[in-house]
Amino acid sequence: MNGSAEIQAERKSNAPIMRPARKTGITGYGAYVPRYRLPGKEISRVWTEGNTPPIVPEKSVPGLDEDVVTMSIEAARNALARAGIAPQKIGAVWVGSESHPYAVKPTASIVGEAIGATPNLLAADWEFACKAGSEAMQAAMGMVGSGMIDYALILGMDAAQGRPGDALEYTAGAGGAAFLIGPAEEALAVIEASYSYATDTPDFWRRVGANYPSHGQRFTGEPAYFRHTLAAGRALLEATGTQPGDYRYAVFHQPNPKFPQRAAEALGFSMEQIKTGLLAPQIGNTYAGSALIGLTAVLDEAAPGDRILLVSFGSGAGSDAFQLTATGRLPERRTLAPGTGHYIARRKEIDYGVYVRYRGKLKM
Amino acid sequence: MDIARNWRLRKQRYALEGEQCDHCKQYIFPPRDICPHCGEDARGVHAMSGKGEVYSYTVVHEPPTGYETQAPYAIALVKLEEGPLVTAQLTDIDAAEIKIGMPVEMVTRRLRTDGEEGVIQYGYKFRPILSAA
Ligand SMILES: [Zn+2]
Repeated sequence: MNGSAEIQAERKSNAPIMRPARKTGITGYGAYVPRYRLPGKEISRVWTEGNTPPIVPEKSVPGLDEDVVTMSIEAARNALARAGIAPQKIGAVWVGSESHPYAVKPTASIVGEAIGATPNLLAADWEFACKAGSEAMQAAMGMVGSGMIDYALILGMDAAQGRPGDALEYTAGAGGAAFLIGPAEEALAVIEASYSYATDTPDFWRRVGANYPSHGQRFTGEPAYFRHTLAAGRALLEATGTQPGDYRYAVFHQPNPKFPQRAAEALGFSMEQIKTGLLAPQIGNTYAGSALIGLTAVLDEAAPGDRILLVSFGSGAGSDAFQLTATGRLPERRTLAPGTGHYIARRKEIDYGVYVRYRGKLKM
Repeated sequence: MDIARNWRLRKQRYALEGEQCDHCKQYIFPPRDICPHCGEDARGVHAMSGKGEVYSYTVVHEPPTGYETQAPYAIALVKLEEGPLVTAQLTDIDAAEIKIGMPVEMVTRRLRTDGEEGVIQYGYKFRPILSAA
């Protein structure tokens, strides 16, 4: 791969692995995917007379009454159902997204109110393109791990918009996941270690007031996605002294189905290890929700003792890597809310005209 | 749109928070402080489970102001498992699939928006039950 020499050169040798004083873990998790699906061939039909092969077979589309607030509330309720704790015990609600419905007025306070976690609550919205939710998870490890709070609810959720006709329109999907981070003793999956890697990289952006994002075309691959994903993944493996073979599952950010497969291969992971968490072919790229909802699909089937690698990626650019281990509490707790597969199977196909209406692309 | 009124109603809109009568133990939604069953004071706060069934429904093709962008949509009387009847929009369902007696569950959705720049009002709607794993 072209960028591999650079990746080698820039890799930090003694990577600062993040572990809180008190071990933390995922004590509850929940997914959300809206009901509507737009086939890629519909976009191709409208913009290229069917001549562009779709990057994904179909993507998820939110309904007229859905946005990041409503999708977050449902995922949060699923996470709470699995955790089985009173919402008043939640000390922080943090929502990572690049499609918050308000520019000013937090999503987190609405979500916190709806699930009954207000008012003794640290509520905030996070932003770092597609890794806004995973960095909130790292911050939650710190807050819970230091004993400042007992539980933090973190979300990665998006209702991504692609410019009509642009390559991103084929994949810009909707959905995401919620995780309740709490003490390791109550965890369904313990977070063993984490690492974060960030540089200033102009691969993808949206200026204030712009309706659609812009991207640096070919710049998005090697210098952005692969450099950060591989550097974070390698640093975590190296610092924890683990090999790809020590993991049952690996989940990567999924801007399309190919990138995570190539990243997995470069790190030494097989298709067998990534297939459970690879949801882009069915729902597209859910941005801040992408890697995190992949993790929910893994938690829906992992066995106690299974080790999981999670590596997110956010444009601009950075990656967060996590090593997790499923516990004996996972199998019974997972049945307390709808599985990620339930949401994916709940599917109504729409055409480009309905999509244009649902996504507010019509000016009346 | 009355921002203050919507804000005061947020507990019932977001969490179906109603009451349970201290005297006859019946559940009450929306909360009204006087029990409609026995006439006594009812002040015990109780959040409904959100599960119920479609009691009756109608499809709205000519919506009131603020709801134009969502039409056509179905409005239903939902009988909650605790007993009260609630009027609410059905969502995530095509009108042709709606049946009297079908089990539904509460979800929080966008109810209406005050133009392009005003507040977004969130609250309960009901959809076909998505069962647990
Ligand atoms: Zn009474």
